[in-house]
Amino acid sequence: MDKKTILNTTHREMGARMVPFGGWDMPVHYGSQIEEHHAVRRDAGMFDVSHMTVVDLRGAGVRSFLRHLLANDVNKLGTPGKALYSCMLRDDGGVIDDLIVYFLDESWFRMVVNAATTEKDLAWIEQQAGDFDVAVSPRFDLGMVAVQGPVARAKAKALLPDALREPAMALKPFSAAYAGDWFVGRTGYTGEDGFEVMLPEVEAPEFWRALAAAGVRPCGLGARDTLRLEAGMNLYGTDMDESQSPLGSGLTWTVAFEPTDRDFIGRSALEKQRSAGSLPKFVALLLDGKGVLRGHQKLYDGEREAGEITSGGFSPTLERSIALARVAADAGDVLTVDIRGRRLSVRRVKAPFVRNGKPLIEL
Amino acid sequence: MSNDVPSELKYTKSHEWVRADDDGIATVGITDHAQELLGDLVFVELPEVGAELGAGAECAVVESVKAASDVYSPVTGEVIEANELLADSPETINQDAYEEGWIYRIRLSDPSELDALMDADAYAEHAESEEH
Repeated sequence: MDKKTILNTTHREMGARMVPFGGWDMPVHYGSQIEEHHAVRRDAGMFDVSHMTVVDLRGAGVRSFLRHLLANDVNKLGTPGKALYSCMLRDDGGVIDDLIVYFLDESWFRMVVNAATTEKDLAWIEQQAGDFDVAVSPRFDLGMVAVQGPVARAKAKALLPDALREPAMALKPFSAAYAGDWFVGRTGYTGEDGFEVMLPEVEAPEFWRALAAAGVRPCGLGARDTLRLEAGMNLYGTDMDESQSPLGSGLTWTVAFEPTDRDFIGRSALEKQRSAGSLPKFVALLLDGKGVLRGHQKLYDGEREAGEITSGGFSPTLERSIALARVAADAGDVLTVDIRGRRLSVRRVKAPFVRNGKPLIEL
Repeated sequence: MSNDVPSELKYTKSHEWVRADDDGIATVGITDHAQELLGDLVFVELPEVGAELGAGAECAVVESVKAASDVYSPVTGEVIEANELLADSPETINQDAYEEGWIYRIRLSDPSELDALMDADAYAEHAESEEH
């Protein structure tokens, strides 16, 4: 039986088509995935992301623990409320999960991890926490709603608790404010402005309905996927997993090798990979003609097999198919893809494909 | 489910519909139920005019935001026309699966094959059973 978020009944009442997703029963769309996608690019949409897990880490040793646990360096976080994107790695450099970590005060950091990986993440974090003065608490009592789009913040403003309204509206990108158990980050996974709002689970259905009444369109995980793909953001489990290093997944920018004396898990494996060279390239691709790029389709450079699409789909903004792919270090910029036995031409482009409502690549 | 299932059509378990036209010609498409399961369509690979299809043969591909799905010819015959409108407007199938969203027309080799297909009631029951 798939798990249900606190909003499950609300989704059904509002006409969602539900599908199994990473062990959860989640809305894939409420009628039209493409219209939901456009709503987020042009106006405002919302996603139930309560299946993701909030983890609070508290204690005097929390900063030094996270400097060991994560491939990015939480010492980049000096201002309370600031957020950082990071991978959590195995000793061999494989990606256990990708996450966002917020610095709240010197004895409190908060992480948000993926739904399907929650159990193994918590086990790993507990195991690594051994010698550090840190307590790890998953916050299954919180729900989470992402409100995204150019007017998302304006539409959400009036629905935030009084104490949080002004601090939330004053937030810079990638930072957060909180009041009691309400927590608002100016973050997201769509390439648009917006908030991710954590709140006591029991208050989530009322908040969701109030947002809908304020003109924020309910969106399913289908639109969430096409939005993140256009934004050039990786999806854990398809673009990278435990068998892949961040260095071969387009995530080198999230690995803080400096300072050189920071001993983070996976460091020596990544250093070996880096000096050995010939790591695969992680690239963005545009299909020249008609058709749809999908995960696992094979790529060719001439007659030579040169890699594989990790995630692909149809871009509603560009009205073309786009993909992320892992290709050989020496693969060229023009490749072909095998779609059901036919070879079609794909072109390497620079991600992101779309940001803040605007196409960023030449078609 | 409350999908539209016109009573004058014949249906397959794989969610194609067939309309018997005059003179041994039939029109083929996918059902309203199928388009709803697929979600927004973004690409249709049409059969080639002149292609000889066997009953049950893969003859077209409908691709949605979610997935690619094969279309199987419900009947044997020669493709005489493909709906070129779908090349630029695949969403026509979402909007009007049984009329504007037809996929191809076929000259039937054996019109009696139609008798073996499901009628509207049987198909509605089949679609309902797959929902659960």
